[in-house]
Amino acid sequence: MAETLLDIRHLRKNYGALAVTDDVSLAVERGELHAIIGPNGAGKTTLIHQVSGMLGSNSGQILFNGEDITHWPMHERVRQGLARSFQITSILPGFSALENVALAVQARSGSSFRFFGNAAHERDLNEPAMECLNIVGLGPRAQVPAGLLSHGEKRQLELAIALATKPKLLLLDEPLAGTGHDDSQRVVETLRRLKGQTTIVLIEHDMDAVFTLADRVSVLVYGRVIATDTPERIRSNAEVRAAYLGEEEVV
Amino acid sequence: MTELAEKQSAPAALPFLRFELAPILIFAAFAAAPAFASASGAEGYVLSLLTRVMIFGLAAMSLDLILGYGALVSFGHAAFFGIGAYGVGILASHGIEDALIQVPVALAASALFALVTGAISLRTKGVYFIMITLAFGQMLFFLATSLAPYGGDDGMTLATRSLLGGSGILENDFAFYWATLICLLAAYALSRAIVASRFGRVLRGTRENATRMEAIGFQPFRYQLAAYVISGMMAGLAGCLLANQAEFISPAFMTWQRSGELIFMVVLGGLGSLHGAIIGAAAFLLLEEFLPEILHAGSFFLNDDIRWRLTENWQMVFGPLLILIVLFVRGGIMGLLRRGHHG
Amino acid sequence: MILANAIGPFRRATGLTPHRCALAASKALMTATLFLIQALNGLQFGLILFLIAAGLTLVFGVMDFINLAHGVQYMVGAYLVAAFSAWTGSFGWALLLALPTALAFGLLLEALIFRHLYDRDHLDQVLATFGVILFLNQGVKFVWGAAPLSVPVPEILSGSVQIADGLLYPVYRLAIIAAGLFVAGLLYVLVSHTRIGMLVRAGATNAEMVSALGVNIRRLFMIVFGFGAMLAGFAGAMVAPILSVQPGMGDNILILAFVVIVIGGIGSIRGAFLAALLIGLVDTVGRSFAPNLLRVFLDPSAASQTGRALAPMLIYIFMAAVLFFRPSGLFPVKR
Ligand SMILES: Nc1ncnc2c1ncn2[C@@H]1O[C@H](COP(=O)(O)OP(=O)(O)OP(=O)(O)O)[C@@H](O)[C@H]1O
Ligand SMILES: [Mg+2]
Repeated sequence: MAETLLDIRHLRKNYGALAVTDDVSLAVERGELHAIIGPNGAGKTTLIHQVSGMLGSNSGQILFNGEDITHWPMHERVRQGLARSFQITSILPGFSALENVALAVQARSGSSFRFFGNAAHERDLNEPAMECLNIVGLGPRAQVPAGLLSHGEKRQLELAIALATKPKLLLLDEPLAGTGHDDSQRVVETLRRLKGQTTIVLIEHDMDAVFTLADRVSVLVYGRVIATDTPERIRSNAEVRAAYLGEEEVV
Repeated sequence: MTELAEKQSAPAALPFLRFELAPILIFAAFAAAPAFASASGAEGYVLSLLTRVMIFGLAAMSLDLILGYGALVSFGHAAFFGIGAYGVGILASHGIEDALIQVPVALAASALFALVTGAISLRTKGVYFIMITLAFGQMLFFLATSLAPYGGDDGMTLATRSLLGGSGILENDFAFYWATLICLLAAYALSRAIVASRFGRVLRGTRENATRMEAIGFQPFRYQLAAYVISGMMAGLAGCLLANQAEFISPAFMTWQRSGELIFMVVLGGLGSLHGAIIGAAAFLLLEEFLPEILHAGSFFLNDDIRWRLTENWQMVFGPLLILIVLFVRGGIMGLLRRGHHG
Repeated sequence: MILANAIGPFRRATGLTPHRCALAASKALMTATLFLIQALNGLQFGLILFLIAAGLTLVFGVMDFINLAHGVQYMVGAYLVAAFSAWTGSFGWALLLALPTALAFGLLLEALIFRHLYDRDHLDQVLATFGVILFLNQGVKFVWGAAPLSVPVPEILSGSVQIADGLLYPVYRLAIIAAGLFVAGLLYVLVSHTRIGMLVRAGATNAEMVSALGVNIRRLFMIVFGFGAMLAGFAGAMVAPILSVQPGMGDNILILAFVVIVIGGIGSIRGAFLAALLIGLVDTVGRSFAPNLLRVFLDPSAASQTGRALAPMLIYIFMAAVLFFRPSGLFPVKR
């Protein structure tokens, strides 16, 4: 059953002399929810940028679904089934929530070189988009301009947009960051439902969420993966406690 | 360019029905104008002025398509004006006088130029894009000045207006007026459709957040390039019309100052509404036409010499006007109308 | 002297006047001589371009501000020298007076208009500074009339010297070259060996960082701006005696300065210097040799026609080629 969907091999990213990701190797299996944790500045976002294609890598390889995508541009990775959310909310503020998601549906459904017909009225786009909004619980807010949504709602919208590309793998960069208790409960609930249907890589600082959701956890410290294991064993891993969880307790 | 996007973002979500009145009024006014022109006694003058307004409106609108909806600050748009005009002029000087051949050739040339220069310019971002489009426009300008057989620096006069399917009907100022109006209306309808279409939505999305668009699987470059080509062709059509209206072509059609004026028109009217660009072009040209008189009348309290010099250099007023608009009037004329509406 | 009125507006604006000189009889020698003269003209033109581009690239690099009105500062420099030399009767005095006036004028524009544009988007900056151009191009007509003014070449720098066998070259142009090289050297020392220069370099890479370090960024902006304006004014002043001083003379050279900083990499003084010399040479030499070169492929009349059409486009094609391979110029600074 354990079939590898995303295989990161010896991936490296340098800014000058600083190695932000340093020889990272990581295998994400099909169907699992794989959490990546690590202190601030560990290189988690950078790793997501590299996998999603926003940043190039200095060396190493990324295999996705059996193909070497190391040098693919971002949009081709998306077409192959890689979707991501951003730690710093990235939406189209002038578009309604529905339109934000409908655009993602449009991206995977047929050509966008259509110059006629009002896209805002296309049911083929709006219906799947509405579904995604309902999944994250934003259905009632579909017509609100995304820029006017609350911060928590924007985080949920990010998730809906990513879902709308029908990904094989979801890369979520701190979907709970900055959300209040209720919103964060809702997102955790959503993720729990998605779990099993879609493979998910989850970056999160909220340890409760990580340990309830994750099948496996990798710990990234100073750009290096120091451990990958089940939540229970990560919790009791001495090295991890020293490098990461310990810190947290001190603070 | 995200700053630009934010300024724009609100109207996209507003219920747009309310302002659909504006384009109807504009086109109704253009349709009614010939009747008034006949009544005014200065028929030829009024018609030719309004025809110019429509032609520049068409060019400004084509710019708005990429500037207002794509946040692409093209500072070389007058080049397409030039390609259209020279297309007509060069073919005419070789005996091909029918618009049915001239216009398609001119449009194809515009498209080709847009494709090549766009493919290079769009690889760059922000201020590089502005400067590169500026430079490509300049390149074409110098090419035109060195085309000795077609008048070089001085340009050349067209013997007649273009034929239309062999008939000389466009020689008639009314017929030419209507032909221009039809072109403008068709281009407007086309642009409206494009903006609302799947394609237009990708373009608008890229304006707001290109990274997001890439992250959902679009390749913004392709859409921006296509929009650039479409916009260039529309401006090329405006150039064909301008050559016929003036019955003259010259490199002056494509100076970079002209490109700047086109941007001015779009911003004056209000970015990202299409008909705003037409209003902006009208305001600009009418101001240009009547400013000398207004200045003369308004400066009655000054001594004759200064008054005369002021009237002579009426363009001096344009600069400060432009600066004031940029600094204080966000959203141009359409923005003012909109704000007026909300109380 | 050069008859400014006989040539096209572009040539007037850029100083590419084909220089008349006594040519030796031999054709090969003639070509070599011509080439040398054109190369010198190109160097001179390139240095003038550099003086303008340096301010432009710094202002853009440090302030992220695109200033179309930089070209009119060149024009204003030329007009100031024309006015002052008519008044004092001496080019030297005129230059001495023109420089601080150009500086003051630049600072005035900064305080009145540009300051309000720094945190606007590029479109606003382009438009407002375009407005400044419209105003000043008419403004100089308002004050000095539309007819071109001429400035006499200063007495001690008039005439020509023989710099090689049968090759006479005007002293004044050599003086421009010397002055241009001197200022370039000065600029290099300023930017790379002084505190202000260090701040400017740091500002070009990361303006926020510099202001976070507690530097008064507004004042830094003002200094850079005033300095850039003065350099452009100096360039205008230097060329006033060999070109005709007229409204709009800054417009075309502005575009060339843009080409220079785009090729060089925005914010990079070194890039601007190299690109300016390249553009100066490509343009000047290309204009006189493109027709000859094409003769290899085409018949003479076609060659001269195509050559003349192609020559003014050369630098833009050159720019397109550079950008195709390096979209942020030869020496990109911003990261
Ligand atoms: N463009 C850049 N240039 C230089 N260093 C950078 C750059 N981008 C990121 N870094 C550095 O790389 C390191 C990793 O950053 P990254 O954003 O990947 O961390 P992270 O694990 O996502 O942190 P957080 O938990 O705070 O989101 C940080 O030390 C950061 O300062
Ligand atoms: Mg992060």
